[in-house]
Amino acid sequence: MGKDPRGQGAFLAAAAAGCAGGAMTPRLELRGISKTFPGVVANDDVSLRVMPGEIHAVLGENGAGKSTLMKIIYGAMAADRGEIFWDGEPVRIPSPAAARQLGVGMVYQHFSLFESVSVAENIAVAVDEPFDLPALSARVRELSQRYGLPLDPGRLLGHLSVGERQRVEIVRCLLQHPRLLILDEPTSVLTPQAVKRLFETLRVVAAEGCSLLYISHKLEEIRALCDNATVLRRGAVAGGADPKVASSAELAALMTGAALPETRREPARPEPAPRLEVRSLNVTSEDPFGVPLRDVSFAVHPGEIVGIAGVSGNGQTELAALLSGERTVPDKDAIRLDGEPAAHLDAGARRDRGLAFVPEDRLGRGVVPLMSLRENAILTAHRLGMVRRGMLRRFKANAYAREVIERFNVRCTGAAATARSLSGGNLQKYIVGREIALSPRVLVVSQPTWGLDVAAAAAIRQALIDLSRRSAAVLVISEELDELFEICDRILVIYEGRLSASRERGETNVEEIGLLMAGMGADPGAGMGWVAGQAMNAGEAANAGVGST
Amino acid sequence: MDVAIAIVTGTVIAATPLLFAAMGELVVERSGVLNLGIEGMMLIGAVTAFSLSFAGYPAPVAVLAAVAAGAASSLLFGVLALTLLANQYAAGIALAILGGGLSGFLGRNFGAAPIEPVGPIHVPVLSEVPIIGPVLFGYDPMVYLALVLFGAVWWVLYRTRAGLVIRIIGENPQAAHDIGYKVIPIRYATVVFGGAMAGLGGAYLALAYTPLWVENMTSGRGWIALALVVFASWRPLRVLLGALLFGGVNILQFHAQSQGIGVPSEFLSALPYLATILVLVLISRNRRMQKVNFPASLAKPFRPGH
Repeated sequence: MGKDPRGQGAFLAAAAAGCAGGAMTPRLELRGISKTFPGVVANDDVSLRVMPGEIHAVLGENGAGKSTLMKIIYGAMAADRGEIFWDGEPVRIPSPAAARQLGVGMVYQHFSLFESVSVAENIAVAVDEPFDLPALSARVRELSQRYGLPLDPGRLLGHLSVGERQRVEIVRCLLQHPRLLILDEPTSVLTPQAVKRLFETLRVVAAEGCSLLYISHKLEEIRALCDNATVLRRGAVAGGADPKVASSAELAALMTGAALPETRREPARPEPAPRLEVRSLNVTSEDPFGVPLRDVSFAVHPGEIVGIAGVSGNGQTELAALLSGERTVPDKDAIRLDGEPAAHLDAGARRDRGLAFVPEDRLGRGVVPLMSLRENAILTAHRLGMVRRGMLRRFKANAYAREVIERFNVRCTGAAATARSLSGGNLQKYIVGREIALSPRVLVVSQPTWGLDVAAAAAIRQALIDLSRRSAAVLVISEELDELFEICDRILVIYEGRLSASRERGETNVEEIGLLMAGMGADPGAGMGWVAGQAMNAGEAANAGVGST
Repeated sequence: MDVAIAIVTGTVIAATPLLFAAMGELVVERSGVLNLGIEGMMLIGAVTAFSLSFAGYPAPVAVLAAVAAGAASSLLFGVLALTLLANQYAAGIALAILGGGLSGFLGRNFGAAPIEPVGPIHVPVLSEVPIIGPVLFGYDPMVYLALVLFGAVWWVLYRTRAGLVIRIIGENPQAAHDIGYKVIPIRYATVVFGGAMAGLGGAYLALAYTPLWVENMTSGRGWIALALVVFASWRPLRVLLGALLFGGVNILQFHAQSQGIGVPSEFLSALPYLATILVLVLISRNRRMQKVNFPASLAKPFRPGH
């Protein structure tokens, strides 16, 4: 086998056999993989090859068929047609166990981890070897040091941050000496600095001869890490590219079939009086593994978009529940709407005062999945006269739903379609549209574009900007840093339940916000609000960061 | 002194059927399945054990038959809830009702016929020691079996891979499936184990506790076992303590009734149930503790693949 397969130059993923690396046998080769679900072609004649030690990107939008393809490779799903070759031999992979037997490891985007048991136990359930926790813990420690992934095997998983959980997943795979490691959107939960560290680890893993399949829709990361890329579009291979050479625009064009849409924005003209104000909010979480909020203070003014950045699991869920009114607090003044105390008001009363809310969880919280779009409109828009003397006025609801569908370009069969029948992007456009059409005075949005394709995400971001420019106060809680930099006028960072001081978008950068997301920022946050504290010395800041990202 | 010894031994004996049934249900619930049919499975176990003993079979055979009958009845629940994905609450309640009716029907001719009860063991020398003898070595074999099974369940749940797998399936069956565990077969196994344990509990009632057949002789112990598991926050040691508490209050109220104190006997009979629930509710007030041990997928149907 070659010493440095990455020096072999570009293997175009779908290219014909016999190109530059003809002397080497691919670790994995797919030929003509197809998979159809009722109504959807998830994979259409997909072929790709990964050489030993190669870091190969599989790039595509959400819904392009990346996850299905990986599940087929990992044996979690069977292909309808096509062949899989492993080290040149045709193989069948009927189950994840069979995949592991071959040497395939998988790090899922949604971790298959268990909160109620320890790190070591989480690893023990997934390795096929005798059950011996002390011995396993020792090996986990050793391995995690070797790859720069610090972990304490004895801790309860539920107490770990998302970044630490990902390390558990990766260590779990590495323990089994995989020959092919699949990573599904591994950076969606990490700070920019943690991404860099992860990449260093992955390069070490690849240098040891393990092949990597790196699934992502983030172009810059793929350009920084990968040797080759296969781009999927609507289930089929749209092309291969050398990410070291290709520009982001070229990759994006391959991925979406069109140029990247851009958002338009005018400068913000916030009014002086805050419309949504949070003052020294202290709340313990109802979830045993949740994060208490500590001394959270901020304000949102009409005419601006304020973003709250942070790695998931740092108190965003708790904050969203408190802002929407799902949870109330006895201290009335902790949250003020238009200068009036509102923290004791329930969700309905807050909506009566002009607050609208888009939850993170679309199906189930944003809409009732089995109800029609028309009925789902009534859930929040009933305030616009859709109910008279306890009776629903269906024509009004229908007109409202149709207006939202038209104005926000929601693709569906009409106002009578069930919410569940819509794709993620269209459903989110409908939910955001439903709230915006209420002409809210304050809009709180949690993870507005999570899991959406580029076009739908751009449409939603534009709608949020437009709403704020019509002098609404808009608050966006998001884990996507790029998104916050694209649409927000000011950005705050939440870390372990504390909020940093606010920063004007033009006066900060991804690096600084990333450090704050890791708890290593120049200011300790600690609810100082607008008055950024300077007291924390550098040593303390460095200590706070170790092992906490 | 004799009264004190009688109270201690009586407590242990009254706790035994509950311990069997509740430890079984604990394992079932830890795997994420809620089988509300314990009362029914206990009755089926009881009538099976009694009828075989009545027909002259030796006690071990009667006990084994009760285990098999309990397991078989739980299998019925398993097919409904795990294969056909029926609502677990409804399926469990149906099983409870079915067990009550079926056992009453099968036992209709037993009247108040007596059988040979399972008697206490006799260990040479040790059983003769005052106080320690009767308190430690004066029970029937099934009491010791219950304690051994209690230890075994604890050990399996917390010290073996099998127990770990049961717990993670209870928390997140989808993730367990994704890493290659067969969720449905494992849940079948826990459900059948729960049924077997309920059958044992029923057999204990019919063969040792009151060696007579009385319709609905479990008198709600299946439901108490269910409550024990929940209020014990799915932790074995608390189940044991809860069972002993129930047994203790039960024996105390018997003594009180025989002393003829001026309290209605109906109230005294209800006391063990009230006391158990009350105490368990008080200990389980800590919601965080409750949630840490709670099998998050409890009673949610799981369908592998998507």
